[in-house]
Amino acid sequence: MLEHFNKAFESKARLGIMSVLMVNESLSFNSLKELLNLTDGNLATHLRALEEQGYLIVQKQFIGRKPNTTYGATPEGKQAFTNHLNALEAFIRTGQY
Amino acid sequence: MNSSNQPLETLNEIRDLMQRSSKFLSLSGLSGISAGIVALIGATVAYLRLKTDTLYDEQSAQLAGFTRRQMMEFVLLDGAIVLILAIGFGIFFTVRKAKKAGQPIWNSTSKRVVISLLIPLVTGGIFCLAMFYRGILWVSFPATLIFYGLALLNASKYTVRDLEYLGISEVVLGLFSLFLTGYNLLIWAFGFGVLHIIYGAVMYFKYDRSSSHP
Repeated sequence: MLEHFNKAFESKARLGIMSVLMVNESLSFNSLKELLNLTDGNLATHLRALEEQGYLIVQKQFIGRKPNTTYGATPEGKQAFTNHLNALEAFIRTGQY
Repeated sequence: MNSSNQPLETLNEIRDLMQRSSKFLSLSGLSGISAGIVALIGATVAYLRLKTDTLYDEQSAQLAGFTRRQMMEFVLLDGAIVLILAIGFGIFFTVRKAKKAGQPIWNSTSKRVVISLLIPLVTGGIFCLAMFYRGILWVSFPATLIFYGLALLNASKYTVRDLEYLGISEVVLGLFSLFLTGYNLLIWAFGFGVLHIIYGAVMYFKYDRSSSHP
């Protein structure tokens, strides 16, 4: 059972990032920071890790002169996260906790 | 943290994050109640002043000693005051609720609520002004109900789902009002006044009170 748990989602922060990106098409760095209560550095590290896995799509653009980076989940990311949730659910159902 | 119930906790956190990030949940029931009261007062003032419920024929205006222009100006002014007060109270109570809960007020979800409200509302506003310009007063009563209902329906995707029912009710009332032209003001008062108060009270007891006593 445990082998279905995705290592990429092991940290709480990464679970949080994926959860909010499942229900929002895309979110800015600042909205993510506010929602998840993370520091800039911490959030950036986790975002990079998820991006490297191919779970996130990053878009950089400018609003006026301010750079604005938005993040969205890729189809692979959504699938991986769903699998992870299913594994969690199955784990709970078996009552092994 | 106890590691034994970690998966369950994780799931609950995920659910909470999904809700919080996609829906603006600080909408206060008191906003609805105050908007309803303001609308009832506005409708009463209009009724007392015009002494009639039929706003579509010239005769009734003349009976009340009004020129058509005076009547239009009065209805516009009354409507504008109701709108400003209702929005003002609405924002006040919602901001207060968000602050109490320690939730951010101006974020991506509240922006989405405001934008999805504004598009149908501004469309409706311009439509009504155009009708006024053409001298068709009565249409603005059903039209405000219909466009407002559509605005709520649109915004309900990003906030409490219950807003959907209020939206549908307003649209249905507006459509009835299109045919029952003699009862425009009465139906308008019911839609913006009574329905808001009922909806606001339901929301208040369902969400506001329970959130302060968990």
